[in-house]
Order: sequence, then structure tokens, then C-alpha cells
Amino acid sequence: MILDIGFETMPREDLEPIVLRRLKATADRVYANVPFYRKKFEENGITPNDIQSLEDLKRLPFTTKEDLRDNYPFGMFSVPMDNVVRIHVSSGTTGKPIVVGYTARDVGTWADLMARSLAAGGATREDIIHNAYGYGLFTGGLGIHYGAEKLGASVIPVSGGNTKRQIVIMEDFGPTILTATPSYALHLAEVADEMGVSFADLKFKFGIFGAEPWSENMREEIERKLNLTAVDIYGLSEVIGPGVSIECHEAKNGLHIFEDHFIPEVIDTATGEVLPHGETGELVFTSITKEAFPVIRYRTRDITSLNPEPCICGRTHIRMNRVSGRTDDMLIIRGVNVFPSQIESVLMEIDNVEPYYQLVVDREDKLDTLTVMVEVGERLFSDEVKHLQDLERNIAKNIKEYLGVSAKVKLVEPKGIARSEGKAVRVIDNRKI
Amino acid sequence: MRAEQISVFLENKAGRLAEVTSILAEADVNIRALALADTSDFGVLRLIVNDNEKAEAALKNRGFTVGKTDVVAVEVEDRPGGLHRILDILFKAEINVEYMYAFVTQSGSNAIMIFRIDNIDEAVKLLQENNVTVINGSKVYTL
Repeated sequence: MILDIGFETMPREDLEPIVLRRLKATADRVYANVPFYRKKFEENGITPNDIQSLEDLKRLPFTTKEDLRDNYPFGMFSVPMDNVVRIHVSSGTTGKPIVVGYTARDVGTWADLMARSLAAGGATREDIIHNAYGYGLFTGGLGIHYGAEKLGASVIPVSGGNTKRQIVIMEDFGPTILTATPSYALHLAEVADEMGVSFADLKFKFGIFGAEPWSENMREEIERKLNLTAVDIYGLSEVIGPGVSIECHEAKNGLHIFEDHFIPEVIDTATGEVLPHGETGELVFTSITKEAFPVIRYRTRDITSLNPEPCICGRTHIRMNRVSGRTDDMLIIRGVNVFPSQIESVLMEIDNVEPYYQLVVDREDKLDTLTVMVEVGERLFSDEVKHLQDLERNIAKNIKEYLGVSAKVKLVEPKGIARSEGKAVRVIDNRKI
Repeated sequence: MRAEQISVFLENKAGRLAEVTSILAEADVNIRALALADTSDFGVLRLIVNDNEKAEAALKNRGFTVGKTDVVAVEVEDRPGGLHRILDILFKAEINVEYMYAFVTQSGSNAIMIFRIDNIDEAVKLLQENNVTVINGSKVYTL
């Protein structure tokens, strides 16, 4: 179902003037209210008045993850704090996370876009939505939640974890839409199986999965095991959260970007040059309706391409293909962003640990697992096994505490971690996605 | 009265122990006693050898993490209750034994055990007061 026929199917010649007007208004606002943007504009010799067509967007400077981090916590906010009604946090490349804010209108915009997304994924107001995305600082849980209420569906705010109870709720309440990370969806299928519950007997029709990379193969597996139609949803806190783009369940072929709110570009990572449609590069977003936290040409580090072909569903908004990778070393583990540098800071806070470590990511029993291999040097070594085991437990505990992700810690011999050309290989990702 | 033990960190995978014994053989080091404690992922090999310096240098040279710890070598009567008598003395004095292991060779008619304890000086004094023979470190390496 297309929820907002007016905007979602708007002819492009009508859409583009609206996008330009909104872009100019956003540029005006950040130039006036955010010192960071004003300085960046000035350094590039540009003012908001220079934006006369959508072509002029590429004259604006990029915004990077580091820029957002450097302005921690509220430096990128474009409105006074008394207009901010919600704060979310996304993990950053080092100790400092990225903080995003929403005005009441932003929360409304987000709910509208999530309602559109849920509708594109097959949901209607008659549906019961089982929302297994985590609630909290992460945008997943609350983002879906507000959209579901906006749509008028019934939402079960079950959040993540306590899987057996989730299966019981599914049996008793009969939800028809599942929202979760794809790996958790498969985990649910396994636990249901162990409990003797068949998804064929449950009432699910559609599943809306995202927040971590997945593949067509995984889609087939999820659809088979959960007996539903699975669609891909995309979003990131820096832009708004989930609801930036969504696949329509009719085509399941690329995610429609809500262009009346976000302008996508794909650039060459090295040169920053905008690439023609169809070419693969780094996805860049400019948000044009956000009040509290607009971003100008934000480099997402996600790798994809754009597809302007008309879609069978009738939406006129451009589609992005499935995200195929990252330009940095960020790992997404069970929906949590993890940078090797964050693990390194945790390790360095423990006495006598040397900076020789390696992260191994696997997918076991459908769930992502993170193993942190730490080399045992002389200062760390003890002839008593219990001291070494305590050390493993401490490291795991600190990782869980600081990064919010469970990790198995494995002590290894020095040089047990392969060095390649003098540079340690920090990450081995064995997931077949 | 202390003896020095060397310990080696080993990943729990095939061939690691053989790697250590091969390095020691090449370095012409004789193993006098050993014990291996392991978990599912790693192990700690404890060794009493005839030449600590040589053994340590050879192992470090090949990338192993090597530690040194003071332990006590004690003669244990080779009869029922022999070990119990010693442990009882330590227990009553509230001296905790972290781990222990046996020597391959005997000293006369007695067995020899290596004890890893925190308070070595107090333990040695106590054992000697109870007529238990504590073997001198230098003698341990050449038994």
C-alpha cells in the first residue's frame, strides 16, 4: 500500500522544485544556526544564496562522521535545546558516540516516514506489529514504534532478547508483521523450532528487516523459515533513523529513498566526485526537512548505487540497491556498530594488555558472534590459569559495558595474530551474508 | 630453598606442546618435571629444567611467552599418607597451595613434589620444623 500517494508517486518534475526549496531552507538554517556549517561554507566560498538549482548541491562541502564526533554532544544541533524533544545516540569511531536530536516536528516527520515504510513493506492499520528491534538509545525500536502507531497498527514493543517469551507472544497474540534485524529473525526461527512451534502456524505475512547487512540468500532463508515476505529497510541515526529508504513488497528490488526528505548522492570515495546513476560508490545524504539535526552531504560510508528506473509499485522515488559494504572498518554485530578502535581503547585500559588483538566475526546459529583475540605478552602472562581466565572475563565485561555487545575473549600466543606486511589484520569477518 | 620454574603460554591447538619439547631438545635442555594446566582455549605449561636460562632464551627466541616463578621442591615419603602429611601441615597454617606436580625421579626412597605457594619462606620454615626435607634449588635442577 502507498500511504502518501501525493508525495510517494509525485512526478519528478513536480518533486524537484519542492526538493530545491527545502534544500535552500535547510542551507539557510544551518548557515545561520550551526557555527560548524557556517565555517565550512565560508571555507568553500559559498553561501546559501548560491544554491539556485539542485545541481548546486555538489558545491556544498561534505560532512563526515568525524565532524559529527568533533561536535559532541550538541554542537551540530540547529535549534535551541528547549526545542529538542528527543535524543538518540549512535556509536562513533572512537570513544565518543554521535548524538542526534529531534524537535517535535522531527519526531512527527520520522513517524510519517516510518509509517510510509511499514506500509511499503506490507503493513496496514489492521496489522499487529511484533517489534523486536531494541528500544533505547538505538533508533531502531522507537523509530518503528512511532511509525506503527502513526499507521494505526497495533504495536507490541517487545524489543530484543528473551526469545522464548517472544515466541509465546507470537503464538498468543498472533502478530502479522515482524520487525527485527535479519539475524535475530533467523534466531527466532531456530528458537521456535526448538520449542516445537512452527512459523507456518503463526500469522506473519510480512517481515521488515534491517540495521545490519544481509543478502538475497538470507532473504530466501528467512522467507522459507518464517513463512513471510521479507523486505529490506535502511536508515541511520545521523540522517533520521530507520525510514530513510525501504523496499516495496511488490518489487523487493532496491529501496525507495524518500526524496521529499532526503537527497541521495553516490560519490567516488577517493575523489568525492558525484558518480552517475548505476555506478557504485559511497552513499551521501542531505536531509532537507530536519529541524534539530540536519545534515549536509553526510558521508554514510555505506557502499551502494542508485537506480532511477520506474518501479512497478508506482513510487517515483529513486531506489538505492542493497548496501554491499562499508568504506571503513566498522562492523555491525547484532545491530550494534563496532569499530576496532573502540575495542582497542577498552583493551588499553586494562593493565599490561598490549595493542595486539584481532576481531573475528562469525555467524553461528544465525547470530553474529564476536571473538576478540588478545595476545598474551610477558607482562600479561601468569603461571596461574585462574588469573588468565579472570583477565578474559574482565575484557569481555568491559567490552559489553562500553560497547553494548557481547564478545568472547580468546587469549593467544604472541604472533598468533597474523601480521600482513607489517600491518596487523584487525578484523576477520567470516559471516556469509 | 626456592627453585625456579619456568612457565610457557600455549594455545590449545595441535602441535604446540611438541613445538616446545622440540625447541628444548634442540637447545640441549633436559626436562626434570612438568605439569600442564589447560582450558578449552589455552594452556600453561610449567617446567623444571636443568638450565633455566638456556630454556628461557630458546623459547623466547621462537616467540613463546615465558614466565618465571619461585616454587618449592619437597621430599614426600613414598607410602600411604605421605603427601597428606605435608598438605595437612600447610592447611593447618592456612597456607594455600595454588598447584603442585610430581618429579619423575626419586630422591632416595622418597618422591619429590613441586609446590606453588604464595608464602614460600613461611612454608619452608614450617615444613623444616616438621622434619620435611625441602630440596635446595640448585640441587633440584640436577636431580
